[in-house]
Amino acid sequence: MPFEYRGDIAHADIAFNAWSETLEGLFQEAAQATMKVMVEDLTAVRPAQTVEIKLDQSNEEMLLFDFLNELIFYKDARRLILLPAQITISRGAEACSLQATLKGEEIDAGRHMLNTDVKAVTMHRFSVAQVQAGWRATVVLDV
Amino acid sequence: MNLPAALKKISDTIWELPISYKEGMLVPARIYATEKLIKAMDAGVFEQVSNVATLPGIQRYAYCMPDGHWGYGFPIGGVAAMDPGSGVISPGGIGFDINCGMRLVLTNLTADQVRPRLHQLVDRLFARIPTGVGCHGFVKLNQSEFGSLIAQGSRWCLKNGFATQDDLDMTEEGGCFAGADPSSISDKAIERGYNQLGTLGSGNHYCEIQVAQPENIWDAERAAAFGLTIPNQVVIMFHCGSRGFGHQVATDYLKLFLCVMERKYGIKLVDRELACAPFHSPEGQAYFSAMKCAVNMAFANRQVILHRIREVFSEVFHASPDDLGMRMVYDVAHNTAKLEQHQANGSKKEFLMHRKGSTRAFGPGAHGLPACYKKTGQPVIIGGSMETGSYLLAGMESGAEAFFTTAHGSGRTMSRHQAKKSFRGDKLQRDMELRGIYVRTDSFGGLAEEAGDAYKNIDEVVEATELAGLSRRVARLIPIGNIKG
Repeated sequence: MPFEYRGDIAHADIAFNAWSETLEGLFQEAAQATMKVMVEDLTAVRPAQTVEIKLDQSNEEMLLFDFLNELIFYKDARRLILLPAQITISRGAEACSLQATLKGEEIDAGRHMLNTDVKAVTMHRFSVAQVQAGWRATVVLDV
Repeated sequence: MNLPAALKKISDTIWELPISYKEGMLVPARIYATEKLIKAMDAGVFEQVSNVATLPGIQRYAYCMPDGHWGYGFPIGGVAAMDPGSGVISPGGIGFDINCGMRLVLTNLTADQVRPRLHQLVDRLFARIPTGVGCHGFVKLNQSEFGSLIAQGSRWCLKNGFATQDDLDMTEEGGCFAGADPSSISDKAIERGYNQLGTLGSGNHYCEIQVAQPENIWDAERAAAFGLTIPNQVVIMFHCGSRGFGHQVATDYLKLFLCVMERKYGIKLVDRELACAPFHSPEGQAYFSAMKCAVNMAFANRQVILHRIREVFSEVFHASPDDLGMRMVYDVAHNTAKLEQHQANGSKKEFLMHRKGSTRAFGPGAHGLPACYKKTGQPVIIGGSMETGSYLLAGMESGAEAFFTTAHGSGRTMSRHQAKKSFRGDKLQRDMELRGIYVRTDSFGGLAEEAGDAYKNIDEVVEATELAGLSRRVARLIPIGNIKG
């Protein structure tokens, strides 16, 4: 199971755990979990527009925080539902960076089966950790 | 749930966690609730309100209101009064949706007059007020004009034909927090929010047509003073905030405070979502100013939505908003930090009030209330679930005990995830229509999350606020039409 919503650690907000063997995979799963809060069927989102992003941060945790916030930003600023088509993460001792190609299209209420708007990524219980099977994240989204 | 063993009953409506409950608590934590409500509180309330009690500069108690439930940083229903000189400001005590708030508007129409045109009204409101994920607004501004708007709040609306002076007079702080400096705002926040003016959003945001039935008037004198004078009078209540702009402001400063909190100011906290900075630090003052910009955006957002609601009612009833008696009762903010004067040791002292999912509720005679509410106390608008109803309350003198603060809604008892598994939005919509409530939504999933059974019993919540002396019941308002994102 690549991600799982959790009703036991948030009532008014949406919490999820995500897992992957790789850090890039974890970011991919966390993006899917975040965007699915807003769009029920993500397969309905056509890759009509491309946005390239580059992020630098001090650690993997804050990098995921910034990455998910970028997706939320484009949803409001340009009404784009974007998903990562390709992610590359470089990790150093005191810094890490991400380059991603995001693809998607403008919100179409007729086709996208819209759910609840995501306002923000919170720091409540936010974590990215290396585990035996790879990587695991816990995220609580304000909706 | 099992209550914490350390929880002590102070009175029938006050429960206290002592300083010894958690390492680092500077003051006890107090939860306002009846025995029934406290037993139903989720564990997050006790964890989070005791975390709030560790914030530097907190005075008297960390509070949680009767509608309290698990949030992030502060619990929902959380209140903290900081000493501005030694205390901190924390975005986690305000929330991402800065100045998410409620507005209540009168009409002189009765339910019998509105019912025949209810579908037309709700359909038109739904078509004219953008709702749902990522919606853009009907007021088109460039980024420079948006800069003026966030400095001026509802005053910008008055200048641009979206408000009356009476609207501003009936809005907390006149619809503008002074000292909002747009230079404290990131380009990203402007880019994210400048095109969302006049949008409702989604989640628990809504615009509702309600009826004040005679049997639901609790305090006829205050109800009349607030404008409820006609049996079965129709009113409009709506709930929304500062949209993506406010969310980005909070995100920007949460990140900044995480960088400086420990490294620059030596503050260590149990929860990173409580990230903070000393109020008088450059970072604290920059956030306070940016937060005010978001507060003003939210006031303006609700004001232009009110303008549109008036247009819709005018079109449907072929009468002017004045002829329809569409006057505001009041506009109250839920998620803000404000400098307020309160009594302390026999004299007035300034406090930095954090309220998150809680409402300012000034008692009679309070400075800052419109003249028409000086005798009654401040109108408090409590949004319930879309199925069960809402309340109009009034602030009380005895509210001083909690810095004149009361609840903000009914409070969730069920997670959104569980609600979506338990209810179907399309069925809920049909069932509600059979019960006389016509709902339009962009999202059946979102509607299911807002089912009445996902919330506490609002009657019990407002009764608790009255028993605790925080606010008194004036009227219960029954929904008949609703638009949701």
